Amino acid sequence: MYFLCACSSILVTNEKLQTHSDLHMSWFTKFLSSSIGQKWIMSLTGIFLMLFLVVHLIGNFQLLKDDGGDAFNAYAYFMTHFPLIKVVSYGLYFFILLHAYKGIALWLSNRKARGPQRYAVQYSRPSERQSRNMAWLGIIIFIFLLIHLYQFWLQMKMGALELVDVTAYDFQVYNLYAPVKEAYSQLGYVIFYVVCMLIVGLHLWHGFWSSFQTLGVSHRRYNGLIKTIGYIYSVGISLGFAIIPVYFYLFIKQ
Amino acid sequence: MKLTLKIWRQGGKYKGEFVTYELPNVNAHMSFLEMLDVLNEDLVSRREEPVAFEHDCREGICGTCSLVIDGRPHGPWKGTTTCQVHMRHYKDGDTIVIEPYRAKAFPVLKDLVVDRSALDRIIQAGGYVSVNTGQAQDANAIPVSQEDASKAFDSAACIGCGACVAACPNASGMLFTSAKVSHLAMLPQGHAERRKRVLAMVAQMDTEGFGQCSNVKACEAECPKEISVDNIARMNREYAAAVFTSETAM
Repeated sequence: MYFLCACSSILVTNEKLQTHSDLHMSWFTKFLSSSIGQKWIMSLTGIFLMLFLVVHLIGNFQLLKDDGGDAFNAYAYFMTHFPLIKVVSYGLYFFILLHAYKGIALWLSNRKARGPQRYAVQYSRPSERQSRNMAWLGIIIFIFLLIHLYQFWLQMKMGALELVDVTAYDFQVYNLYAPVKEAYSQLGYVIFYVVCMLIVGLHLWHGFWSSFQTLGVSHRRYNGLIKTIGYIYSVGISLGFAIIPVYFYLFIKQ
Repeated sequence: MKLTLKIWRQGGKYKGEFVTYELPNVNAHMSFLEMLDVLNEDLVSRREEPVAFEHDCREGICGTCSLVIDGRPHGPWKGTTTCQVHMRHYKDGDTIVIEPYRAKAFPVLKDLVVDRSALDRIIQAGGYVSVNTGQAQDANAIPVSQEDASKAFDSAACIGCGACVAACPNASGMLFTSAKVSHLAMLPQGHAERRKRVLAMVAQMDTEGFGQCSNVKACEAECPKEISVDNIARMNREYAAAVFTSETAM
């Protein structure tokens, strides 16, 4: 019951807060539905997703081994069958949805907070380009994610892939390498993928530092370091993912 | 110099629209508010309703003046209130667009005047320290380190003008609230009510219809007192600490 209550509070937006800010809510529920609590949800789910991207990228680097997909297919099997990772992956689906839902809900309530009349003269600094557009960038990333899951993950889950031998196991595993190679051989898809990775990079450019700021991790001595690591991280993730289809398109013979 | 002003008029015969005024003779030594005074004098002499705008000290310390000038609260100069903007920054033939602060929490009362009492209610919720009455304490009875005193002073420099809310794309009140929370949290005098204060002030902020901070930092860039977003991080920290450790009900 307590858990359900806390869960429902995750979904509460700020407007609703005004009507039921009351006694029967537990302290934790109140925290999650407060303005700062809602920011914490965005921040913590964001940090989890940022860690996931690192793991995902390390996995994708298996594609760069010139072994016809042997290492990559073994990795794909491991990631879909190792119990601990299976549990974490359900958390991942939940956190992606939560981050997206909460982000959109906050964006809408923040637009409302501006009031019915917008400024006639809109002014913004170049440094605010990412932070002001987090919702748009996020929506594009979410759409990319749906296409991405349909294309690779769902094909494997539905058993639409053929089985191949890999050196790591003494049984056959799904050949996820085949649809990847197929997709990466189309110029249109490669361009689409690279553009999406650029957008992921822009989202992270603001998101990395922002998640620390929200948690209150801010100190004159470390702020520069956090920002620098954030910029290196976002460029690294963006470039790391983007380089693989480009490499395939240019160098791997069909 | 000759200027064209596009000013938001609301109330009386105006439903809420921009009205254009030509000022043929603006002296470069005037302040921005004096320029508006000249406009109003002219309007009154023509038996028209003068433009309503707020002002008080006119020396940049009271936080009464507001205005969004060409899309920026308190005009385009860094660390300056509207009353400290001077017409020498403009040149002959310029057009200036003047709007009120736009936020759901700051309803427009008339023309350029908005109701900023939401900020007062946040202060009432916890922006104070309780002190015993009677003989005044000796000034040096409570030791405060120089570092803490200057950091607290940096936060206390907030004049509560609301430019942070006006500049924020989310109309968030977090820079203001966090400056007030930080100011007292960093001083021993504020320590006794530290937890209670941050809970009460954030709760009040949440009921006033402000948006949530998304770390855009437009507030910091536009703040006439250059209050840092470090304060927001500190408030986030203070709030979480209070929520997770306070033994009283939230």
